[in-house]
Amino acid sequence: MSKQLTRRGVLKSGAVVGAGLAMPTIFTSPAAAYTNEPKGGTVTLGFNVPQSGPYADEGADELRAFKLAVEHLNGGGDGGMMKTFSSKELKGNGILGKKVKYVTGDTQTKSDAARASAKSMIEKDGAVMISGGSSSGVAIAVQGLCQEAGVIFMAGLTHSNDTTGKDKKANGFRHFFNAQMSAAALAPVLEKKYGKDRKAYHLTADYTWGWSQQASIAAATEAKGWKTVNNVLTPLATTDFSSYVAPVLNSGADILVLNHYGGNMINSLTSAVQFGLRGKQVNGKDFEIVVPLYSRLMARGAGKNVKGIFGSTNWHWSLSDAGSKAFVKSFGEKYGFPPSQAAHTCYVQTLLYADACERAKTFNPCGVAEALEGFKFDGLGNGPTEYRKEDHQCFKDVLVVKGKENPTSQFDVLEVVEVTPRAQVEYKPDHTMFKGGSLGKCNPGA
Amino acid sequence: MIDKLQNNDRMLMTLFTLMVLAGPILLAPFGAGYPDLLQRFCIFGIFAIGFNILFGLTGYLSFGHAAFLGVGSYSAVWMFKLLTMNVIPALILAVVIAGLFSLLIGFISLRRSGIYFSILTLAFAQMSFSLAYSVLTPITNGETGLQLTLNDPRILDGANTTGSLPSTNFFGLTMNSTAKFDFLGMVLQFNVGFYFCAVMLILAFYLAMRIFRSPFGLMLKAIKTNQNRLNYTGVNTRPYTLAAFVISGMYAGLAGGLMACTDPLAGAERMQWTASGEVVLMTILGGAGTLLGPVLGAGFIKYFENIFSKINDNVLHSWFSFLPDGLEDLIVWVLHFFVGKGWHLTLGLLFMMVVIFLPGGLLQGASHIIDWIRGKKQSSSTQISNPNSMPAE
Repeated sequence: MSKQLTRRGVLKSGAVVGAGLAMPTIFTSPAAAYTNEPKGGTVTLGFNVPQSGPYADEGADELRAFKLAVEHLNGGGDGGMMKTFSSKELKGNGILGKKVKYVTGDTQTKSDAARASAKSMIEKDGAVMISGGSSSGVAIAVQGLCQEAGVIFMAGLTHSNDTTGKDKKANGFRHFFNAQMSAAALAPVLEKKYGKDRKAYHLTADYTWGWSQQASIAAATEAKGWKTVNNVLTPLATTDFSSYVAPVLNSGADILVLNHYGGNMINSLTSAVQFGLRGKQVNGKDFEIVVPLYSRLMARGAGKNVKGIFGSTNWHWSLSDAGSKAFVKSFGEKYGFPPSQAAHTCYVQTLLYADACERAKTFNPCGVAEALEGFKFDGLGNGPTEYRKEDHQCFKDVLVVKGKENPTSQFDVLEVVEVTPRAQVEYKPDHTMFKGGSLGKCNPGA
Repeated sequence: MIDKLQNNDRMLMTLFTLMVLAGPILLAPFGAGYPDLLQRFCIFGIFAIGFNILFGLTGYLSFGHAAFLGVGSYSAVWMFKLLTMNVIPALILAVVIAGLFSLLIGFISLRRSGIYFSILTLAFAQMSFSLAYSVLTPITNGETGLQLTLNDPRILDGANTTGSLPSTNFFGLTMNSTAKFDFLGMVLQFNVGFYFCAVMLILAFYLAMRIFRSPFGLMLKAIKTNQNRLNYTGVNTRPYTLAAFVISGMYAGLAGGLMACTDPLAGAERMQWTASGEVVLMTILGGAGTLLGPVLGAGFIKYFENIFSKINDNVLHSWFSFLPDGLEDLIVWVLHFFVGKGWHLTLGLLFMMVVIFLPGGLLQGASHIIDWIRGKKQSSSTQISNPNSMPAE
């Protein structure tokens, strides 16, 4: 009898212990409606930028912009673009009344390292949004991770068609322009300047961005009558491009297109200039170099080699609209020099995220995504802009720029040749360069 | 004597199992109790245990083991893309392919020993890296890394109608599901992926222990001690070294497969020579030729990489804010070079000190401390036993 009782007792206590162990899971699992729901008085954003590797310069500038954006969101500084932004939800009291905190990580411009860094931000630091990148390969890898983890990814500098093309994700948003838009804006200017009968030789960074930019530029220039002589892929980690540049002159090409960015472009352009390509005459025409994606940081790195070279850019600090002026002023006051396009897009993305949270009244990725989809805004430096619902890509005017002939300072290295209107660079969501992927459904995680 | 050793092994095994399973609780106070890092501890523990079977037992120093890790990852991701999101087929394929690949590389590289062997393996690994990075882009997706997409076939899983990517699972248990508990102001995270990796680590550890204690393991140790003598006595050592090489390659493949299971992406960088060098560091730092050492070394390096590298100036200032301003700035300025981006410097210094003062790795350090606590009795007895084994060398 007593034995039976003890056995029952054991069973009972076992059941109680089991229930006790299960309790916290029952309570904790549904308590959070989405991944990393901020519970206290703060909300954490994760800024994942390259601090080493060929894009380290861009990464450093992005980080400066993120810090400035957080300062402005929390009511510090002069508020920057928050005053010129067409949406007036941001009051300088954080996001939804919660003070904004941030964590940073180093992507090393490697997808593996970037994902590990983003993962630790989400799992350890409780970030609700990840932003940054300066390489499309990394951006696509991290965007995929954010989709799986159920947080929003606000892409920083990523120019590949694939980011909002075949690798687009419901939780990912891109403000920066892309290779297709560069090509659409650049091709008419190049045709006007260099004529229809040209032979182009492409040197292309060997990853998603390089491939898609090369494809877009080749397609757009071939439509204008150019011929593509050759396309040579160069590994991202290359620092000495002389062996790639040397064969260009004997190929019969009279244009060299450098599908390179950051440190890569600085090295390849310097190499091309050292080989004397720019002084040469081929097929009875002056040999020319084109750099489809330009940035002020790169132009500065390449020094006087960039003079007269055409390219496109997302934004330039010399723009005179109110938003650009306000941003350049507050960035300049804090750091002592003007921001790059990478800094601009990262700053804008942070504000756009904060504003979307305010409008959605939640940090839930699905709510935020809904607030961003089809959102039209102005006052952030690019004129009227729209986040297209179908692919989460921003559509706005594109700048065609040229290396300045007579720079007045080390920052004044690019001049804006033409502002290509949005209508000219817009494409359909199912364009051949972009098809193959689908957004899927937004994932709130948890 | 044997009984005592068995007993010791049993104790070591039990202790190891308990420590690994309690990882989320034990490591939470050090800021390392989150799933991604815990999984990394296990995965690189397996990688280092496998490497130690080759390096610790036979003395053959391979500088190309990351290649097998990478091959394992790619095979696993392809399995996720083509067959099913269940991790078992992926892991099996990862181990098999890595085994075949290491058989090929081992067969060629093991014709030489010493530095020539190291250079050969390094060359093969760099070759694999370059292939994965550019030439084999259709299979590896180059720099972007091989990823899952919505329209992968996944024959066994049936059509995906959810509109979002499926997660890797172990017969329905998804790898990334985590139970969270609040405990003494910390959040304890118990993650399925971690426990899966932990079980694999425990199995890998047990297998390594059996190999260490087996006649086969003894033969490998003999190869390390004096390969010429073995050859003169008529033993053909090649099959033994090749077997050790393949076994350690399969361990690396398992680790690579697990990396893909916890995060279904395979990048070429994990095959680079720096990754191969890292596992050498782990093994030597922890103690080459010991059972526990490599796991310890792996944990140490991953902790540094993930936690130490996140300490920035703001954190340092908050630590030393109790000091007067000038002194605080000075200390922060000095430490600035050793944390954050400078974590490699700290690790390098530590590695130098370990190699110079503790050639047996961190494990030797630990046993020194235990000896010191227990008094000189133990240390004198080990010193007596050492000269006895000397003449045999």
